Amino acid sequence: MSKLVGSVREAVQAVGLTDGMTISFHHHLRNGDYVLNMVLAEIAGMGLKDLNVNASSIFDVHEPIIEHIKKKVVTGLEVNYMGGKVGRAISEGILEKPVIFRSHGGRAGDMDRGAAKVDVAFIAAPCADDMGNMSGKYGPSACGSLGYAFSDAMCAKKVVVITDHLVPYPLLDCSIPEGYVDVVVQVDKIGDASRIVSGTTKITRDPVGLRIAYLASQVVKHSGYLKDGFSFQTGAGGASLAVAKYVEEMMEKEGIKGSFCMGGITGYLVSMMEKGYFETILDVQCFDLAAIASIRDNKNHQEISATRYASPAAKSCAVDSLDVVILGATQVDTDFNVNVHTDSNGYIMGGSGGHCDTAKGAKLAIVVAPLIRARLPLIVDQVLCKSTPGETIDVIVTQRGIAVNPKNQKLKEALIAAHLPVKDIRELKRMAEEIAGVPKAVTCTGRVVANVLYRDGTLMDTIRKKA
Amino acid sequence: MEIVKNAAAGTLESSDVLICVEPADTLQIEIQSVVAGQYMDAIRDAIEDVLAKAQIKTGKISAQDRGALDCVIRARMETAILRGGSQS
Repeated sequence: MSKLVGSVREAVQAVGLTDGMTISFHHHLRNGDYVLNMVLAEIAGMGLKDLNVNASSIFDVHEPIIEHIKKKVVTGLEVNYMGGKVGRAISEGILEKPVIFRSHGGRAGDMDRGAAKVDVAFIAAPCADDMGNMSGKYGPSACGSLGYAFSDAMCAKKVVVITDHLVPYPLLDCSIPEGYVDVVVQVDKIGDASRIVSGTTKITRDPVGLRIAYLASQVVKHSGYLKDGFSFQTGAGGASLAVAKYVEEMMEKEGIKGSFCMGGITGYLVSMMEKGYFETILDVQCFDLAAIASIRDNKNHQEISATRYASPAAKSCAVDSLDVVILGATQVDTDFNVNVHTDSNGYIMGGSGGHCDTAKGAKLAIVVAPLIRARLPLIVDQVLCKSTPGETIDVIVTQRGIAVNPKNQKLKEALIAAHLPVKDIRELKRMAEEIAGVPKAVTCTGRVVANVLYRDGTLMDTIRKKA
Repeated sequence: MEIVKNAAAGTLESSDVLICVEPADTLQIEIQSVVAGQYMDAIRDAIEDVLAKAQIKTGKISAQDRGALDCVIRARMETAILRGGSQS
C-alpha cells in the first residue's frame, strides 16, 4: 500500500473536495511558502468554488489569493495573522464575508473542540514518507517545528501531505504520524528556502530599540521573576531580541538558571540554551537556520504543537507556565489594550499570533514599542482594533518611560523603588503628543470586514472597511 | 525671497520628508504623506509658515512626507528654500 498520488489535482480528487468546503494550511514556510498558492491555483483550475480557507497565517507571498477571492473561488477566510498586501485588499472590502481572526492558541483550541471544522488539510511537509509520516526538520525546505500543523492533521476530515523530499518508509524522527494522513503528493518544491527562514536573526543596533530593550530587561529584573526556574518568551523583531541579550547578561552575572524559553525560536535563544541559561526550548516555530539545526540535533530543543503551546481548550498549555513574555504593539490605548491587527490608518497588517495567548498566560506581559513611530504616537485614547485586552498586559515600555497597569500596584512600586522612569500612561501619551502634535482621530466606518475572536472563541472586536 | 532654481532637501527615509522646490509663476503646494489622515493640516501649516516667513509668494513646492516631525519639516523646508532661492 502507498498513499502516494501523482499530482496535487489527483490529491484534490482523491479526498473528494467539493464546492463550499473548508480547507486549511499552516504557515511554517512563511514568506517562502509555495503550497497555499499551488493548491488554490489547482482548485481554481478544476472549477471549484466557494471555498473557506483556514490558514494559520497569510503572508505577502500569498497575494494570488486576492484573485481567487475576486473570482469567488475563495469566499471565506480564517487566519491568525495576515500580512499587509492581502490585509489591505481585505480592508478595502474584496471579501463579502468577514474574515475570522483567531490567536494561535484560539485556532488550535477551536479546531480541537470542533468549533472550527476543516474538511481537507493541505500540509506542506519538508520531509515525508509515502504513508505520510512527516517532519519539518529535514529536506531542502526544512522549517524546523511543524507546531501549527498538528491540529490540522488531527482534526481535518481528510489530510493531504505535500512534500518535496520523499524518503523511504519509515521516516525517522517523525513529527506528525501517518495515522492522520490520507494522501501524499510529491512536488518539485514546496517553498523558497531563502524566504522560509532568515540566515541569521540579528539584534537591533538602533539606539532607541536598545534603550527600550534595556528598560524592559530592568522591568524583568525588578519584577522578581528573574530567578532559578525562570521561563521566557520573546519575539524575533527589533527590540524584542535585544531584551534577551540584556536578560542573558543579568542571568550570567547572578548565576541564574532558567527552565524554558518558548515561541518563535531564533539562534539567539538557542545559544542561550546551549550556554546553560535555559534547560529546554519549547518550539512551536523556528525563525532561522540555527533554530532548525538545533531542533534537529539537540534533544533539549523540543517541538510542541499549537495546542500544547497555547490552547485554552486544553487542560493546560505551556503559556500557563510562562513567567515573562515580551510583546510588540502598533497601538496601545490608555486602558492598556493592544492593537497588532491594523496599522494606525485602520488597514489590516498583522494579527494576534500568540500575542493574546501569552499575555493571558504569562505572569508578566511586557509590551515594548517606541513612543513615536514616523510621527504617530504609540498611545491613543482607543485602539483601532482590540487584539489583546488591557487587563492581560502588565507593562508598556517605551524609550521615554514605563507605564505600569494600575492593577499591578506592587510591580509599580518595585519599579519606582529601582529608580526606573515610571510614568502614568496618560503622561506618556501627552509627552508623545507634545513632540508629534495631537493626531486627528482616524475612523473606519464601513461594513465589518473582519471579526477578531479572543482565544476562547468569543468576539472581541471587529475591523471595519476603510470608507 | 524667490525660488529661482530647482532644489531639494531631505530624504524618503521613515520620519523624514523630501522637499522639492522649483520656480513657478504661482504658488503651488503639493503634499503626500503617510500620516495624511492624522497630520495633513499640521504639515500644510508648517510649510506655509516657512514660506510666509521667507516671503516667498511663487514657486512649486512638493513634499513627500514619511512621518517627519514638525521641526524636521520646517528644517527641510528652510534648507530647500535656501538652496533654490535668491534674495530679491
